[in-house]
Amino acid sequence: MMTRHSPTLPAMPPSDTKRESLAVSIAKSRELTLFIVLLVLIGATAAVKPDFLNLQNLRDVLLNVSIIGLLTAGMTIVMLMRHIDLSVASVVGVSAYAVGSLFVVFPHMPVIVAMLAGIGIGLAIGAVNGALVTFGRVPSLVATLSTLYIVRGADYAWVHGGQINATSLPDAFASIATGALFGVPNLVLIALVVLIALSVYLKQYRGGREHYAIGSNPEAARLAGIRVDRRVMIGFLLSGAIAGLAGVLWLARFGTVDASTAKGIELQVVAAAVVGSVAITGGVGTIAGATLGALVLGVINIALVVLRVSPFWQQAIQGALIVAAIALDTLLARSVARRMMRKRDHG
Amino acid sequence: MAKPDSALSTTRRRHLQWEAMLAIVLVVSLVAGRVLSPLFLSGANISNMLADFTEIALIALPMTLIIVAAEIDLSVASVLGASSALMGVLWHMGLPMPLVIVLVLMFGTLAGLFNGLVIVRFGLPSLAVTIGTLALFRGLAYVLLGDQAIADFPASYTAFGIDTVGNTFLPMPFVLVIAGAVVFTVVLQATPFGRSLFAIGANPTAAQFSGIDVAKTKLRLFMMSGAMAALAGIVYTLRFTSARGDNGEGFELSVIAAVLFGGVSIFGGRGSMIGVLLSLVIIGVLRNALTLADVSSETLTIVTGALLLSSVLIPNLVARWRAAREKRLMAQAL
Repeated sequence: MMTRHSPTLPAMPPSDTKRESLAVSIAKSRELTLFIVLLVLIGATAAVKPDFLNLQNLRDVLLNVSIIGLLTAGMTIVMLMRHIDLSVASVVGVSAYAVGSLFVVFPHMPVIVAMLAGIGIGLAIGAVNGALVTFGRVPSLVATLSTLYIVRGADYAWVHGGQINATSLPDAFASIATGALFGVPNLVLIALVVLIALSVYLKQYRGGREHYAIGSNPEAARLAGIRVDRRVMIGFLLSGAIAGLAGVLWLARFGTVDASTAKGIELQVVAAAVVGSVAITGGVGTIAGATLGALVLGVINIALVVLRVSPFWQQAIQGALIVAAIALDTLLARSVARRMMRKRDHG
Repeated sequence: MAKPDSALSTTRRRHLQWEAMLAIVLVVSLVAGRVLSPLFLSGANISNMLADFTEIALIALPMTLIIVAAEIDLSVASVLGASSALMGVLWHMGLPMPLVIVLVLMFGTLAGLFNGLVIVRFGLPSLAVTIGTLALFRGLAYVLLGDQAIADFPASYTAFGIDTVGNTFLPMPFVLVIAGAVVFTVVLQATPFGRSLFAIGANPTAAQFSGIDVAKTKLRLFMMSGAMAALAGIVYTLRFTSARGDNGEGFELSVIAAVLFGGVSIFGGRGSMIGVLLSLVIIGVLRNALTLADVSSETLTIVTGALLLSSVLIPNLVARWRAAREKRLMAQAL
């Protein structure tokens, strides 16, 4: 095989291949495309309103995007396997309130214990989701839609109009959002560490690659000896744990939480993943892409505020952008696929 | 020995089993409701009960067709909200009410057409597209009306939202649900269009090759869904005498829960309208009974979730248990 093909290789004009492969790689690297979109967005807004580029705005964007970005990363792992986790917002809500009440009872609880408590709550709900999907054979949309309801309902029943205020939280905990290391808020650093860890897991580890294999072709993955159920379970556990952690970060950032905390953000998270070109049909997507998706949506949000667009227009514009992003992404992916097919046929 | 039509009859039998189960649940919840509160079976209460799920039912009818065809429409509640806002704006512009209603219905159909076109033309998953238009149409509702409410609709129309038919306990808007239920049941169960939905849901490629215009069918489905969501928006506005941008927020998940609890498979190709209608009535009855028994609305949310979950989980676990038993019996026989 090798010998038969190798003579054709030198025949190709090297300069042409180089140019083509560059164009293809730009189009193929969705992360790069998204990054360019992000720069254009920032540049355009700054051109209209030069005071857009100040530290306060930057801080706000990063703080807001960190929490949504974490959730989007968890969602990515689940979506890679053709599943979805709609329960994340409910998990964030219940984790934030539970950890807040722990602080009310134990005002001197160490920050790390608070985080572990939040992660524990998330793991428990993630385990239920995973068990429903793997052992119960319930489609993940149905399973996590149900746990969305059940967890939020339990949250309301427990909280009963109660509220946790920032005054109940110790300073050490509040410093997650207010404190900074080298000018970067602690909360952003925490998110960054988790995102990098997840990215390495998905790229470098066998377990991470298995998520992709399952999403590309579940049957082939099973035949190749991948323990699909175990991997799906791990995906839901990760998504749950991340949502639990996000709840703790939410509490630190906003200080005030009640039963309706984070209600409805699951759709924002799915939207960020989709804009970040994580395929809802599985098998395609990266943590970097998902994070860039969350960043793009976050920057758009702040830009609309800075540009003094009526808040009533913001949601409509955001919706239109999501639809446009999905359509554009698909067109781009298809043109790349076509070009590669042509190259295969004529090359 | 298996008969030639065994595959078909197994599916049919499974449906009947599910519908019978739903009927039993309905009877049990009716009895439980009567025990919990003597008011439960009074005319006034039944009237309330029926009125309360008008909008969900109106939207659930086309949603059943969409899910049978293995698609989904998450934007329905936002179309409801945008329709409600548009209704208020058009009325304030001084248009006569009948024209307002026609225009709002046209808006809903166009919103559905937009969903359908994006899904069909780009070949995109409806879940992703309608998450986007969920934000888009809700945004449109806020663009139209901001955070105001318009409440000065003519009394002759708002009366429609509250009155009952003659001296019966049947609320006026519920007549729309009954008419819609009849039409959609016939469409799904007794027309070539309805049969083609099952074919598309089971295998879109095979459906295409067997001569079904899949793209056109999907376009029609989403237009129906938009139109019915707009109708639900009109009814909602009249019932509460209030056009607001945030009307019906979050309804999409309740609608989908009702459809799935009715035995429609989320993967498409399976389901019956009778099951969905039973499921709608059960959810309505349960919510009402629990409210009368002073159970908080929070618990109602938990009940909705549990119902939805058990509707899929229990049959799966039963199938699993049966398969295990058969395996054991086979092993013994050998």
